[in-house]
Amino acid sequence: MIELTGVHKSFGTLEVLRGIDLTVAPGTVTVILGPSGSGKSTLLRSINHLEKVDRGRVRVDGELIGYRQAGNRLHELGERQILKQRAKIGFVFQNFNLFPHLTALENVAEAPVSALKKNKLATYERARALLDRVGLADKADVYPRQLSGGQQQRVAIARALALEPRLILFDEPTSALDPELVGEVLDVLRDLAAAGTTMIVVTHEIGFAREAADTVIFMDEGRIVEQGPPAQVLDNPRHDRTRTFLSKVLS
Amino acid sequence: MVPARHPWRWAGTGLVLILLAQFAHGLATNPGWDWHTFTGYFLEKSVMQALLLTIELTLAGAVLGFLGGIPLAAMRLSHNPVLKSVSWTYIWVFRSVPLIVQLLFWANLGYLYDRLQVGVPFGPGWSFSTSSLVSAFGAALLGLSLHEAAFAGEIIRSGLLSVDQGQHEAAAALGLPRHRQFFRIVLPQAMRAILPNAANLLVNLLKSTSIVYVLAIGELFYQVQVIYGRNGRVVPLLMVATVWYVILTALLSILQYYVERYFARGALRTLPPTPWQRLRAAIRA
Repeated sequence: MIELTGVHKSFGTLEVLRGIDLTVAPGTVTVILGPSGSGKSTLLRSINHLEKVDRGRVRVDGELIGYRQAGNRLHELGERQILKQRAKIGFVFQNFNLFPHLTALENVAEAPVSALKKNKLATYERARALLDRVGLADKADVYPRQLSGGQQQRVAIARALALEPRLILFDEPTSALDPELVGEVLDVLRDLAAAGTTMIVVTHEIGFAREAADTVIFMDEGRIVEQGPPAQVLDNPRHDRTRTFLSKVLS
Repeated sequence: MVPARHPWRWAGTGLVLILLAQFAHGLATNPGWDWHTFTGYFLEKSVMQALLLTIELTLAGAVLGFLGGIPLAAMRLSHNPVLKSVSWTYIWVFRSVPLIVQLLFWANLGYLYDRLQVGVPFGPGWSFSTSSLVSAFGAALLGLSLHEAAFAGEIIRSGLLSVDQGQHEAAAALGLPRHRQFFRIVLPQAMRAILPNAANLLVNLLKSTSIVYVLAIGELFYQVQVIYGRNGRVVPLLMVATVWYVILTALLSILQYYVERYFARGALRTLPPTPWQRLRAAIRA
């Protein structure tokens, strides 16, 4: 279970998140929609403390992320503990951010070995299985720059899965891809959803939201404007802003 | 299809070849070069010893310089304002002072500080006479290393800055331990930007060792000066030193090529063949 309560975040004088309350049940898929600058990515990044929140609390399975509460005060955790928390949360970037000097297999196996101190041999075995799962078994020993965008993103998803995370955050996973490569990445996302992975996905793929999401969230100007099942938010939006946004995206 | 003709290209090539031939002819026939003396001294024992000293100074200066450069770069990139400004000031000062001036300062340290003391701050300590602790060789090594460290620090910093922010984020998001983020993810990628500059610095250091002749240390340049001071054959002996510097630089360049190639893996889709591989392919064809 992921719980955000009263999350605020500013960059200088710009208030990017203005009080976010959100609950995500385990095993569900949540899709976040919204115009650029609405705070979607910042929200996602605050869930694994890539962005420090200014106010409010983020909890994953009851564990406060990035802070320790003593009485009424929050104390920021040391880097070591934050890194431990992050190892339980997968993150997939818009630009993949694969490590270019490591092979696909080394990319996938890096974190389990060095962050979770898992057995090296078993991890490489599992990494191969994960690459197979995203359809790239034959690309294990290839460097990221030798792969297409869609293949790179699938390696990045395998890399996130390797940590056996409680939840995976996707930050516009298909926005940097050529149109004909979007499908192969969305297929992997659909498989994960069907397997009961807890996922929060920031995306502009309305079609994906409609079929795969349990909850769709529409954000604007740092607030959640509207949330509910896809049939309600996408087909029967209650707010004008949601309607305007959808008409622009769908046209 | 008839390819376009390039008459000026042919004219230019001809002109350059004529000039080169003329120069080569001069090298062979001008008695001033005195190749007999050159070959007599090129492998002479005192020259060999001096060469060894030059190599020692270069290697020791490079190792100490880069060891000093790492903390300097780390300090300048830290968020701690004190560490940042200390590093900035060090780099400012040691880049400003000419190496030769610095060397003379270190050699005259005993004039400033008669005795040096090691010990617990405000507590007991042991004191040594400065001139016994800092020999001429020590002063030279100290000067070269401190000078190198300032430049190495900036080279390392530039390499670290060249690594994409997304790489830091991905490493952090995966929860990799801090040292692992640095040594496994960031540094190997930074090396690509660090290496060409570091090689430049190393070659520069090799030649800068000739400046320590002011401290009467028997390195290559000092030694040939001693010899031509005795026999008056300036040009052939300068050529002895020159050719050795050129040979050492060539060796460094070859080393640089292969090290750069190693760190290029993954950065290029396919690595170009090495000169050896190209030669072998040409012979086979």
